[in-house]
This record gives sequence, structure tokens and C-alpha cells, in this order.
Amino acid sequence: MGEKQMIPIGEILDERIELTLHDMAQRCSVETGFVVALVYEGVLEPRGDQPEEWHFGGQDLIRLRRALRLQQDLEVNLPGVALALELLEELEELRARLRTLERHFPG
Amino acid sequence: MEYKDYYKILGIDRNASQGEIKRAYKKLARKYHPDVSKEADAETRFKEINEAYHALKDPQKRKAYDELGSRWKQGQEFHPPPDWEAAGGGFRPEDLHGFSDFFAEIFGGGSPERGFHFEQRNFRVRGQDLHAAIEISLEDAFHGGSRTLSLQAPDIDEQGRVTQRTRQLNVQIPKGVREGQQIRLSGQGAPGLGGGQAGDLYLEVKFAPHPLFHADGRDIFLELPITPWEAALGTRLDIPTLGGRVEMNIPPGSQSGRKLRLKGRGLPGNPPGDQFLVLRIETPPADSEEARALYRRMADTLPYNPRKKRGI
Repeated sequence: MGEKQMIPIGEILDERIELTLHDMAQRCSVETGFVVALVYEGVLEPRGDQPEEWHFGGQDLIRLRRALRLQQDLEVNLPGVALALELLEELEELRARLRTLERHFPG
Repeated sequence: MEYKDYYKILGIDRNASQGEIKRAYKKLARKYHPDVSKEADAETRFKEINEAYHALKDPQKRKAYDELGSRWKQGQEFHPPPDWEAAGGGFRPEDLHGFSDFFAEIFGGGSPERGFHFEQRNFRVRGQDLHAAIEISLEDAFHGGSRTLSLQAPDIDEQGRVTQRTRQLNVQIPKGVREGQQIRLSGQGAPGLGGGQAGDLYLEVKFAPHPLFHADGRDIFLELPITPWEAALGTRLDIPTLGGRVEMNIPPGSQSGRKLRLKGRGLPGNPPGDQFLVLRIETPPADSEEARALYRRMADTLPYNPRKKRGI
């Protein structure tokens, strides 16, 4: 029942991506208000001053998706989401550093 | 289909209170949430836990589930009793995405295969985004490449039935992708319902272990073993990089751990990364009388105490 399909090259979600508030909301099927709230919570860091001038990078989209899952699945409120994301990102960084160290000092 | 022991999945007794069910669920959900957990099977476990909670949190559904009796075992082949009427009701079709056939049978009014119909006219739902990890080689990250993925995804067939379908996707790896980055493939997620848009597919990039190199962001590291005389006197060596071999000067007086940079030889980008050589001096074994004599001569002519300046 499988079928093989060639699909176009994907988009890397990095700092080169520029998304408006509307793009962000649409890609995650949420209200723009939710995105705005995450900006005010300090979770998302768009460039630009006013919401209509905001530009989000790929990392912001990844964070928004994560925030949404945490909020829906674990019923965490926004400050809780912000805290969880911060701690998770710190944990990932530490894990990456640990991997590097383990390569330099095996055993 | 397999019987699901929802009590066992949540680790509770069959006579647990609704409060106990909720607490067990919350605890497990935090533990196995795919964004939080590093357990290999977190995603599967999380789905199971969610399904179990959805079945047990509503007393009416729980009662229906309990009526199946306690003689069934987790994973046992299950056929609903002939007079079974699905307890169903109150489910939005998107809720059933990712839930098992067993769940659909008990609560949804029929297994996906038997025809689980949705009225497609009445709503329009965007398809779910899908998330998968993809392991690629450093070579593919450097040159770009392609990779075939098998994805299990819910699908809606022409009759409006939900089915699990395995899709083979040939994904292009963009040149210069880094570890941990995500690639978004627009419209390659689960199909929408009622003419809604398809979701997107997000691929999280992991690098397969490489026999020579490892990456840190865009930079590539290579541990380079050299002899004591190469380190002391300097030399010119032929060094592998992801883009091919290059000549490199090892300056005289190099020590173990010294990092040498090959500018722009890391992963492509703007700016591209660098390749770093980390020197590691390997001493030849003193496994013959001649070799031991040579080492003793070195000790006599080159009196040197590397510990002295560190006060060891």
C-alpha cells in the first residue's frame, strides 16, 4: 500500500526564514492572539517593533509549535510554557556539550 | 485488533478513582511527552497514554470499556461481542487521529477498515502536521542529497474513512543543513478533512556518526594523530575534508590538543563553517631494545618536565 513520491526540497527553519505574524498563526492553525501572547511572554523574539512589522525566524516557528503542544497536551499555562521551553533548550545545549566532551574524553 | 488494557497503560487499578486516573495520566504525560522525553519510544508511549486517558476520563466511556470485562489481556487478539454497540458519540474526527483501531471500534462505531464515516460537508479541518526525525550523513549535509522515508500517517479515503497509510517519501536534503535543524515540507503532512488544507511535515535532522568527523554547528572537527617529531619539527600533511583532501601545514612546536583551522572547509552556508584539526600526539611503542635505547637517549639529551610548569 506504499507509494513512492518525489517531493520538492524542503525549507530549513533557520534564521534566514522570515515569517509574519499571520504566517506564524496560519502555519500552526492558531489565532494571532496566541502568537502575540508568546511574544509578550518572551518566548518568541521577532524583529520589528509593532506586531504588523514583526518578522519571525525559523527558530520561532519551532518554539511556537512546541509551545502549542506543551500547552495542549500538558495543560501548561503560558508562563509555564515559557519556563519549560527555556529549560528544555538549556537541557539540549548541555546534552550537546556533553556529547562533544565525551568524544574528546572517551570512557 | 489488539485489546488495549487502558488501566495497565496508566499503571492503575481497575477500581481507581477519576482523580487517580487524572493524576496518573498527568504524571505519565509529562514523562513521555515527545517534546520533553528523551526515551526512544516516547512518541508511541505518549499516544498510548493519551488514548487510555481519553477512554477512562469520561465515566460513561469508562463504564462501556469496563463492560468488556477484565478477562482481556493487553495485546490479546480482540473481537467485540456480537451485540456490541459502540459507546461513541462526542468525538470529533480529528480526535481519532493517532488512536488505535481498538479505540475506534469501542467508541467510534466501527474500526477504520469497517467503514468509519465522516460527513465531509459539515466541516473543514486542516490536516495534522507530522513530525519525524531523519538521520543523514555528514556527506549529504555537505553536498546535499536525498533520502527515502517511510511515514505512517492517517489518511482519509474516497469514502471518507480514516485509514493508516504508509507513505514512501523521497526527501531532498538541502545543502548545508545542520544537526538539530528542522526542515519543513509544506503540504506533506496528514491530508485535510472536508477540503481542508493538508498539514506540513517537519523533519528534525540528526547526523549519523561519522568515522572521521563530527560537527558542531557548521564547524567540522577532525582528530588528527601525529608523531612527536611531526609535532616538534612541523610537517605538511594531506588532510581529508568533506569537500576532498587538502594540504595543511602543521607548525613546529605543536602540542596535543592544539586546534588548527581550515577556514571555510566546514558545512556550507553564509558564512560557511570551518574545519578544525585537533592534534593528538601518539608516541611510538617502545617495543624493541633499539626503541627503548632511543627513548633513553631522548631523556638524556632533552631533559624536560611537562608537569613542572603546572606544579604537579
